[in-house]
Amino acid sequence: MKRMRAETPINFLLAGLLLLVPLAALALEEPFYITLATRMAILALAAVGLNLALGLGGLVSFGHAAFFGIGGYTAGILSTHASNAQPLMTWPIEIGGSDNMLVIWPVAVVLSGLVALVTGAISLRTSGVYFIMITLAFAQMIYYFATSWPAYGGEDGLSLGLRNAFPGINTALPLNFFLICYALLIAALYLFARIRDSRFGTALQAARQNQVRLAAVGISPFPIRLAAFVLSAMMTGLAGSLFADLNRFVSPSMLSWQMSGELIVLVILGGTGRLFGPVAGAMLFVLFEFILGGFTERWQLFLGLILLGVVLFARGGLLGLLAGKVRHG
Amino acid sequence: MAEAILSVRNLRKSYGALTVTDGVSLDLCAGEIHALIGPNGAGKTTLIHQIAGTVKQDGGTIAFLGRDIGGLGVAERARLGLGRSFQISSLAPEFSALRNVMLAVQSQQGSSFHAFRPVMRDPSLTEPALNMLERVGLAGRAHVTAAELSHGERRRLEIAIALALCPRAFLFDEPMAGMGPEGSKSLTGFLNDLRQEAPILLVEHDMDAVFALADRVSVLVYGRVIASGSVSEIRNNAEVRRAYFGEHI
Repeated sequence: MKRMRAETPINFLLAGLLLLVPLAALALEEPFYITLATRMAILALAAVGLNLALGLGGLVSFGHAAFFGIGGYTAGILSTHASNAQPLMTWPIEIGGSDNMLVIWPVAVVLSGLVALVTGAISLRTSGVYFIMITLAFAQMIYYFATSWPAYGGEDGLSLGLRNAFPGINTALPLNFFLICYALLIAALYLFARIRDSRFGTALQAARQNQVRLAAVGISPFPIRLAAFVLSAMMTGLAGSLFADLNRFVSPSMLSWQMSGELIVLVILGGTGRLFGPVAGAMLFVLFEFILGGFTERWQLFLGLILLGVVLFARGGLLGLLAGKVRHG
Repeated sequence: MAEAILSVRNLRKSYGALTVTDGVSLDLCAGEIHALIGPNGAGKTTLIHQIAGTVKQDGGTIAFLGRDIGGLGVAERARLGLGRSFQISSLAPEFSALRNVMLAVQSQQGSSFHAFRPVMRDPSLTEPALNMLERVGLAGRAHVTAAELSHGERRRLEIAIALALCPRAFLFDEPMAGMGPEGSKSLTGFLNDLRQEAPILLVEHDMDAVFALADRVSVLVYGRVIASGSVSEIRNNAEVRRAYFGEHI
């Protein structure tokens, strides 16, 4: 449409703000804030992925931690094998580890996508509460598998000696790593916007609004939803591999149902289905965690109250509050 | 008689002890409007649901363009060319009228797996959709969301969506419901011309419209076709008068 969306200036503001935090931190010589901003960017990326399924497709996945964790373990396992020089597998072909992000990312994305293809094909035969429960069940299966897998740390998790490398960029510098995450977030947002406005996105949103109508015009909802679920998992998986690199640590907590819940909270807090909803949500979430967490260990109690307020009084989340209702073309 | 485009034979459906479709057979031929009338609860909508595929029949066959479609899903039947409107408007409420029709246009054009090109800037989608809206008199309301349209406008949007599918047969379930005399009259004229594009199986309670439009009328009572024939044959059929029209005629 010719008319600019009401939320466009707010989106630019959010994107600018997120970029400004680490730059300001650098000027103030407070490197910790760079880590905070990186955390925001990565969680936002994971939530952009979830927003594709949840926001556009209406698929309330309570199992996206599975993909976040698969991405994380991909980074952790590949880099462990790269540092100890032992092959990952020797038969039928020998595959070694890698500490190159350009190798780790595609592996994380493809693995997440494959797992989503299988679990999605089963989960999407159900809907509503059953869909929520079955996605949770799959994620829990992977969680328990990880806790009982001693080769990669089991319950204790797996430490990454060094942050994985990106050709030509020193990722050990916090600002560089932030910029990598930020660039991926912007790319994912661009992709999300293109998908939302495309034929595929139209069918996906129609499936959420009225699947009887979608079928009556000759489009089967199932393959559309499955494709969205897989794409969604891929983005969240990519975010997971970055998260492992940020913390230089991956543990089953990345796969836990609390993590799945947090991702949903991010999306709802920022505005379900809104392009920058996950960004706003992640920024708020990390900020709350940091500020409220400074006062009390029970900061999630206050987060709960805020979430309650959003659900009761501001259905469109922060962006809905700032920019009004969504306008479709 | 012309060859039937849609041909239903001995269709049966029960919910427990309640038989809602009891051995129904009917044909829809090129160029005709076949009206399906009957008192409330006669099973008209259930019959439409079975033809469209939303409800699975217990027995009998449904042939469309010479092909047995009884086992196909809703979307497959729609792609073969069954364009339907719903008794109670069924639209994507958050989408504009235009985008609702564009959804049908994109389906008609084939794949919905293009994930990069913005639909609103794609004239191969917007132009045909706008055309369809114009045909039903909704062009001025193209950018209003379906949720904000009036009842009558939603009824017309349903028709525009069905048109956009370029179907080989229309299934219209009470398109005039709640439209008011003006709306009914203009829609009657519209359907009268539409039969040249594709035949129409029309469920309708508005008897003026049925008698003005129908080439053939089938009367459904308790899931059974008790009479089928031209308008004058039906008007003069004693059983129909007793079962359906009561003392009114």
